[in-house]
Amino acid sequence: MLGWLRWFLARNGVALSVYMLGAVALWVIIMIVLPQLFMLDFSFRHNWQQMDPSKMGGPEDVYTLVNYHFLAYGSPNNPDPFNVVDVTVFFRTIIAAVFVTIFDLAICYPIAYYLAQVARGGKARLLVLSLIIPFWVNELLRAFAFRILFGEEGTINAMLMGLGILSQPIDFVREDVALYAGLGYAYILLMIFPIYNVVESLDKNQIEAARDMGASWLRIHRRVVIPFAKPGITSGCTMVFMLSAGALAAPQILGGPSSLWFTQIIYQWFNTGSNWPRGSAYAIVLMLTCVLLVLAVMKIFKVKIGEIGR
Amino acid sequence: MAFMVYSHSMSADVQLDNVWVQFGDFVAVRDASLTIEGGEFFSFLGPSGCGKTTLLRAISGFQAPSQGRVLIGGKDMAGIGPNRRPTALIFQNLALFPLMRVWENISFALEVKGVDKTARRKKADELLELVALPGQGDKMVHELSGGQKQRVAVARALCAEPEVLLLDEPLSALDLKLRQHMRTELRAIQQRAGITFIYITHDQGEALTMSDRIAVMRQGVIDQIGDGTTVYDHPQTAFVASFVGENNVFSGRVAEVSGKTATVETQAGRFGARLSSTAPITSGDEAIVFVRPESIRLADGVAHENSLTAELIQQEFEGHFWHLVLRTESGDQVRMSVMNDGSTGVHDIGSRINIGFSAQSAIVLARGELAAD
Repeated sequence: MLGWLRWFLARNGVALSVYMLGAVALWVIIMIVLPQLFMLDFSFRHNWQQMDPSKMGGPEDVYTLVNYHFLAYGSPNNPDPFNVVDVTVFFRTIIAAVFVTIFDLAICYPIAYYLAQVARGGKARLLVLSLIIPFWVNELLRAFAFRILFGEEGTINAMLMGLGILSQPIDFVREDVALYAGLGYAYILLMIFPIYNVVESLDKNQIEAARDMGASWLRIHRRVVIPFAKPGITSGCTMVFMLSAGALAAPQILGGPSSLWFTQIIYQWFNTGSNWPRGSAYAIVLMLTCVLLVLAVMKIFKVKIGEIGR
Repeated sequence: MAFMVYSHSMSADVQLDNVWVQFGDFVAVRDASLTIEGGEFFSFLGPSGCGKTTLLRAISGFQAPSQGRVLIGGKDMAGIGPNRRPTALIFQNLALFPLMRVWENISFALEVKGVDKTARRKKADELLELVALPGQGDKMVHELSGGQKQRVAVARALCAEPEVLLLDEPLSALDLKLRQHMRTELRAIQQRAGITFIYITHDQGEALTMSDRIAVMRQGVIDQIGDGTTVYDHPQTAFVASFVGENNVFSGRVAEVSGKTATVETQAGRFGARLSSTAPITSGDEAIVFVRPESIRLADGVAHENSLTAELIQQEFEGHFWHLVLRTESGDQVRMSVMNDGSTGVHDIGSRINIGFSAQSAIVLARGELAAD
């Protein structure tokens, strides 16, 4: 480490070295470490700020697990054995995020493969452009547009009824179809590009060799392309899963009246509930669960964390 | 017992029937017709871009001919994909699967057919014996050396029990020593396996040492087909003469033809040479006299049928040979190799030397395109 530091100083000069190292350190500490530490600290505190500000900093301002306990068991006068609403929403959010991730993978893998191995030159560029340009429309606008598309009197229902396929409109929003479509669409680029990057570096000859030996397309993908693309698939899935589980705007706008996303509960604690400690505890549970789930899945599929960065 | 692996295998002949391959306006292969016998080691030799790889892809099924037919074992291959042809292709970069173990690589063709794991493993081990890599099945591909990867690629291709094995310059990535060793090895594997090998190369040494027959290609056209000595000693075109082996070139005009020899008037002198091509040459034609460096001798007082005097401009000592570069008065460069028998004296650069060659060792061909150096 010391040797590296000396080399770095010699290479860049003192001023530039101090600037670069300082900038990185500031970035890491202020943008990444400190906020999370504050949240962690908050999550173990009583909400005296709201209940009795005079007790802040006093003898009763001690660390507590009350916020985590609340997530699991609810208020003391909760008749159920556990906090039914919050826990249910929590697991439903995780499962739904997994579903969105799988859905995105299923759509994006073929697109990424096509871009990387089949399309050439101008055609590939055009395709990439047509994937990127729609994202110039901002997220809120897109979400509301999806509401129009999927609403009870929306375009899709009008079309299906016009064609005589439906006699009654389907409430896609209530059925959460709009939410899944919106979330799925929001993150496709984050799925496509990591996979595209890896698959592009796959030697075409390997595909031809497998074909020459009589392999079907399915087997070529299962045995040659997918194992090779695993790091890209992992990083794509990780990003889509994390962002879906942590999404707020899309569930807010596209979610059905009866379905809550866990982030909405967190938002309520922070915002209308004015209970930052509880919100922090909820957020930290969500984050840890997501991280552990991702690590577990990586373990199952034998992906090393270092491979993702490639 | 590796020899048993292929005792039951078959080899098929490959027939090209007026095959053309065109990419837009570009003609990659022009009217190729030939028959490769079953069990033959056949090489396509030519400089890069001569269409040899395209021809190989047409045989393997990755490239459909624009015109003409490819027949394997007498069967027209039109519309039959590479996976359903009795061929296996070894790619220039080998294209081994980096994430599979060596044995999985080798037995991939069996995996495709749904053969169970024990049988696959057994076959892979047998093939590893055949290519002289016993016990290496559990290694990962990146743990192998270049030559070992080569053998694994051969084993993998043989596993599909092809009747024809197609090799696209598979030795080009190896260093010289290994390349020379693998030539012998490949030839031996081919004879053990007893199947047809079709080999693509731009290296005439590879083609000459391994092949039963060679097709020399130039700009999509097959110039000559023949065994190594025929192609080397009796080239049919100026291109073949200049591409296969080294040759000194003296351009001129035919002064006289008598029987199997002709006399050519060149800038460097009047040379007698034997006629090589079947195409007729008559007096007055533009022609080229080709002489191999090893056919040129130091005069040392002996009278040669063709003699000339030239200035020594460069000499290299290679142990068993001296390689000399000389310049004639007319400005032609002449390369010659002198066997080092211990008595060869060293000449001074700039000295004038008398050299000569026999009419029998030189050949005359109609003027034509020469291979680029």
